[in-house]
Amino acid sequence: MVLMPGNRFNAFSNHGVGIGLRIPHYQHIFSRKPVVDWFEVISENFMVDAGRPLHVLDQILEQYRVVQHGVSMYFGSATEPDPQHLRRLKQLVRRTGTPWLSDHLCWGSMDGTYTHDLLPLPYTWEAVERTAERVRMVQDFLEIPVAVENVSSYAEFTASEMTEWEFLNEVVERADCGILLDVNNIYVSSVNHEFNPMDYANAIPAERVAQIHIAGHSRYEKYILDTHDHPVIDPVWELYARAIERCGPTPTLLEWDDHIPSFDEVHNEAKKAQRYLHPSDADLSPGTPDLHKHAGTLAGAKQ
Amino acid sequence: MRSDSMSLADLQRAMGSAVMMPLTPDEEMQQTAPDGRAMAEVAASFIAPNSRLTAFERLELYNRQYWLRVLGSLAEDFMALRALLGANRFQELSVAYLTAHPSRSFSLRNLGSKLVDWLLAHPEWTGRRHALAIDLARIEWAFVEAFDNGERTPLTLDQIATLDGGSKLALQPHVQLLALGYPADDIALALHSRDKKQTSEAGVTHQDEAEAPLRLPRLRRKPTWVAAHRMDLNIYYRRMDREEYRTLLAIRDGATLAEALDAGFAESRKSEASRPARVRKWFTTWAELGWICAPDLEQLIPA
Repeated sequence: MVLMPGNRFNAFSNHGVGIGLRIPHYQHIFSRKPVVDWFEVISENFMVDAGRPLHVLDQILEQYRVVQHGVSMYFGSATEPDPQHLRRLKQLVRRTGTPWLSDHLCWGSMDGTYTHDLLPLPYTWEAVERTAERVRMVQDFLEIPVAVENVSSYAEFTASEMTEWEFLNEVVERADCGILLDVNNIYVSSVNHEFNPMDYANAIPAERVAQIHIAGHSRYEKYILDTHDHPVIDPVWELYARAIERCGPTPTLLEWDDHIPSFDEVHNEAKKAQRYLHPSDADLSPGTPDLHKHAGTLAGAKQ
Repeated sequence: MRSDSMSLADLQRAMGSAVMMPLTPDEEMQQTAPDGRAMAEVAASFIAPNSRLTAFERLELYNRQYWLRVLGSLAEDFMALRALLGANRFQELSVAYLTAHPSRSFSLRNLGSKLVDWLLAHPEWTGRRHALAIDLARIEWAFVEAFDNGERTPLTLDQIATLDGGSKLALQPHVQLLALGYPADDIALALHSRDKKQTSEAGVTHQDEAEAPLRLPRLRRKPTWVAAHRMDLNIYYRRMDREEYRTLLAIRDGATLAEALDAGFAESRKSEASRPARVRKWFTTWAELGWICAPDLEQLIPA
């Protein structure tokens, strides 16, 4: 197990490299009991009354550490959250014992209607205040640290008054919450919005990063879509290396949600992150990200 | 109105309406908004273009993502209905249904909760196969409910033996009672004997795999009474006679035991002499399946 220093936004955890818990891997996990430092579960998949989802979760909890990640809290939605959603989420928090919980810096519902998408926010002062207020309220209600994740986006707003990273910094400062830094999302948005992703990685408050996401994506002619169905590409590993350089060893999670390969393939892709968490153990075997190359790229990066 | 003069709530309503607007048959965003304005103008009022995509094209990405996600989810829950109507007709029907009933829940699990009632009010979508379509939708929605609805401590046969005619009982929340015109359970069980796809945060793309067309067996009209229920985490459909169905329905709806049995045998051709043995057999089966439980105390308190 990789020992992590932790911070107050991840409950001073020592979580190392984990992977997302996905249905195609259930049989492998229960029959082989592979060594995995931790699993991330999508909260909404287990916010049910009973049945197989909760049975599976309880089996996982007997043997593994679990961290909850949500997709529908919509911290940035202007209208109030569903009280039933919050109550169910808290029940699940008690069940899993998750040391921290994350959801996205986005919106997705209005007046009680849900789009089930992670829609981008306008980077305005009104949105800063509204979003920070809701993050703080959710964090107080759940009584555990909350981390907000930067999303991949495909559109920007004419109303925006600041950059995305300035917006993120303002929200987390006012809410006094953590950050789930998704370096793949930084890369996807940087291509879609034509900014230097390293500017983003260099601007985030490192002391607030509770967790890091890595993932693959799909590139189209005019944009990139965050599909979580490919291995992590080198430019994303470069951002990850820079994030680790700034934040120190941080709980890291590989997301793979579509065209899901074997458990071992997903796990091996995730474990590549350990090369950055423990550079002295770097093994530049085929398929391993070239740490030396990335270190060279980062030499001129600003702190 | 430009977005820099819109409140956050108004901007989200404007974008939400655009994102949830049905696509054209070519899966593009419509050129004209419901209020008659050009969508290019609507998009440009709050979305900024970049060097590769116009505001319209950027908004269209979210418009497509929304429909791919919700249509995919509905198709997964109603595979038999889709097979009956054909993929194209089912998609048209789904767009009409979701336009009338967009999601009002944080979970995609509840997306189809109003489909049966909506189909009953809109027979034009199912044509001459309306009755079978309704039955398939009913039994497929029952599967969703039986899959993860709650489970309470069941009464044992010994406990049931202490009841009298004035006793009130309740059904397990996962037991779903259905009166069908066709033996539709034959179809639905085969199609739904697998885990449901989980929610994720990833963007969605068209499935690359060639989709094997589902062929449904021909069904003849036959009054069928079925309970969809969960046992050992699996979903089963148990057929019963009309009397047993009516008795269970009355128990579920809060009747006393005597009232429920009266309702069960109303208009029954079963001989008076055979009824006590039938009832004993029902209760034995219900106890074995764990279907009967004590009612919520709150339900017993007069309003």
